[in-house]
Amino acid sequence: MLRYTLKRLISLVISLIIASFVIFFVIEIAPGDPASFMLGINAQPETLAALKEELGLNIPKHERYLSWVAGMLSGDFGMSYTYRTPINQMIADRMWVSLPLAVYALLISTLLAFPVGIYAATNRGKGGDITIMGATQLGIAVPNFWFAMIMVLIFAINLRWFSAGGFPGWEKGFFLCLKSLTLPALSLALPQAAILSRVMRSSLLDVLSEDYIRTARAKGLNKRQSLWRHALRNAMIPVLTIIGLQFAFLMAGSIIIEQVFFLPGLGRLVFQAISQRDLIVVESVVMILVFSVIIVNFIVDLSYAAVDPRLRNRV
Amino acid sequence: MNLFKSKLATLSALALAASISSASAKDTITVAMQLEPPHLDPTSAAAGAIDNVVYSNIFEGLTRFMADGSVVPGLAESWSISSDGLSYTFNLRKGVKFHDGTDMDANDVKFSLDRARAEDSTNAQKGLFKGIESVSVAGSHTVEVKLSAPNGKFLFNMAWGDAVIVAPESIENIKTTPIGTGAFKFANWVQGDKIDITRNDNYWGTPAILSAATFKFISDPTAAFAAMMAEDVDAFPGYPAPENLAQFDADSRFQVIIGSTEGETILSTNNKAEHLNNVKVRQAIAHAINRQAIVDGAMFGYGTPIGTHFAPHNPAYVDLTGNSNYDPDKAKALLAEAGYPNGFTTTLKLPPPSYARRGGEIIAAQLRAVGIETEISNLEWAQWLEQVFRGKDYGLTIVSHTEPMDIGIYANPDYYFQYDNKVFQDLMEELNNTTDPAGRTKLLQQAQRIISEDYVNGYLFQLAKLGVAKAEIMGLWPNSPTQAIDLTNVHWH
Repeated sequence: MLRYTLKRLISLVISLIIASFVIFFVIEIAPGDPASFMLGINAQPETLAALKEELGLNIPKHERYLSWVAGMLSGDFGMSYTYRTPINQMIADRMWVSLPLAVYALLISTLLAFPVGIYAATNRGKGGDITIMGATQLGIAVPNFWFAMIMVLIFAINLRWFSAGGFPGWEKGFFLCLKSLTLPALSLALPQAAILSRVMRSSLLDVLSEDYIRTARAKGLNKRQSLWRHALRNAMIPVLTIIGLQFAFLMAGSIIIEQVFFLPGLGRLVFQAISQRDLIVVESVVMILVFSVIIVNFIVDLSYAAVDPRLRNRV
Repeated sequence: MNLFKSKLATLSALALAASISSASAKDTITVAMQLEPPHLDPTSAAAGAIDNVVYSNIFEGLTRFMADGSVVPGLAESWSISSDGLSYTFNLRKGVKFHDGTDMDANDVKFSLDRARAEDSTNAQKGLFKGIESVSVAGSHTVEVKLSAPNGKFLFNMAWGDAVIVAPESIENIKTTPIGTGAFKFANWVQGDKIDITRNDNYWGTPAILSAATFKFISDPTAAFAAMMAEDVDAFPGYPAPENLAQFDADSRFQVIIGSTEGETILSTNNKAEHLNNVKVRQAIAHAINRQAIVDGAMFGYGTPIGTHFAPHNPAYVDLTGNSNYDPDKAKALLAEAGYPNGFTTTLKLPPPSYARRGGEIIAAQLRAVGIETEISNLEWAQWLEQVFRGKDYGLTIVSHTEPMDIGIYANPDYYFQYDNKVFQDLMEELNNTTDPAGRTKLLQQAQRIISEDYVNGYLFQLAKLGVAKAEIMGLWPNSPTQAIDLTNVHWH
């Protein structure tokens, strides 16, 4: 298990180094610069030069890259060009919206997908299964922002149960915040739940036709017992993979949902930063996202080993 | 039964009383805007979102714009101008305090103006201060400004958000904690979400009626619609989706406020590009465009067609739309005369606003009808600034020039239109040296005619200001003489 963990850890570090290099240089070649964006069309040339000097944009790229990486190692991303506030603080503030939103959405999608997937697998070919398959097909096909708009129309504009968007801030109380994240989390979760329940169903169907399940049944376990004791655990590997991928998607992919619900999250920060060419912020946020995706994959790798003991010795 | 009735009466009376008291107690407002300011220093960035929050609410200048666009005394109570027009003596109001309790005096004014025109200044409108030769303190509340040449626009320039008075004591953190003299104080900023301001109880002038206000940032047009409809926000003065204004108009909970802006929306033309350097070609384009169709199609009918680069609500405006009336046959004839009977192909580069993207499609179709093919490309603002504005690598583009009274840009041959006309340049020089209003009006009208008859750009329409608010809100500016959401006089009816 130690060897396995160590190997995974080394590949994690290498991935991070490559990612930082690619992210920095790809984003830096984007056309447009933050100084001229900030000063607009009436700026005098000498004003532009003064601002570039102030922002440190005259320093060569490779030096900026090295100081960015060095800063990150000590946990400091530097200052935003446009906001002139420390990026650490900005990301930390936004994380308190995006992370809970992603976790909330993941919980909803998992809680929906498990029972639905299990039900469909155990009732294969019956009316319930066919209905679920149809509904999930629809769930995958429909984009999450459409769900979001429909839910805003129903629950915010017509029923007035929820506000149409915004985030009150955690100091205003846990449940108020949870309520404001409910519609965004649901709209993120529904398409994910559709995917996850289909994976759950097909993975479980594969396992249920395995010899050892027949053996378990022959031993005298009933359908339910064989399902819970043997089938589910073995069906989990593909499901865990999908959950890991989904978490990464939910962290990075909430950009549109954060726009629709005007939530002050990471996605919105990136969106603004890109249009303002606040490149250092874009690079830092993308780096954080890559970091969290790599960490989540690392955890998923470890949990494979927890679910399947054979993996602990194999690398 | 009687008992029940009387109870019901008491209940409804109570409910009525409660609703009345809650209505009269309402003295806060949530205002939405599409873009979040990058920071809150109006003197070091071009972003209109900064002025929306701080202009007149937090910061004030020597002079200021009123809702109708007139320039009135601000922190300067009065002034005198020397007979040669080179020296302005400002008498400042006494007893004005910054929000941190320090006094506003002549030293602050000198500091602010010197900072804006300094060599390392990052003021986005540094041109406003270009003619200032020196600023001197002539008394605790008297400032003398010397100009190198007479400037008829000087008091107007001092009313801009980029010319507000700031204090040396609080300049260091101005970007995140703005300290001004205005009727509201900065309270809190949750980045990505909102900015709170509260009433300044020590304000020198008429205090604000609202006790507090919140600016909320909602960039997506669909989200803007939902937030207004769900009554999450009380007002959206720069409402981004003209397509659903009719729906708000029909709903008694809301009012729709349509006003004018200083934004001349034009089909900017590269006067040095192949084909387009021929005035006949530019004239042909002008006649190929159906302005009303663009206003209807791209702006859902909101906007006034223009024939030159000047705001129609300005008293000096001349209606020159006749110079470029919609006449495709004439356009074709002009193209043939210019030597392009079969037309030609050019580029049309469009920045993000919907007037440009929607308007661009319509213009492309109208130009195609007379034989001009356009290759459309959609650009982000940062790309537009680099390629079109600074790189001058374009044939045509659509943009709204929102700076007030900016006809002077046509005198700069390096500006992205690349229009170089000595007569016009001399005229602007003369305008700068003219301070009497009648003389200025005459020169401005002459200037409008020159650029209209030279067909420098395709003049499309004056951008309308579209606002939505709760029906009970009073005192919002209908027009936009400068970028501002002035809340000092806003209240609930």
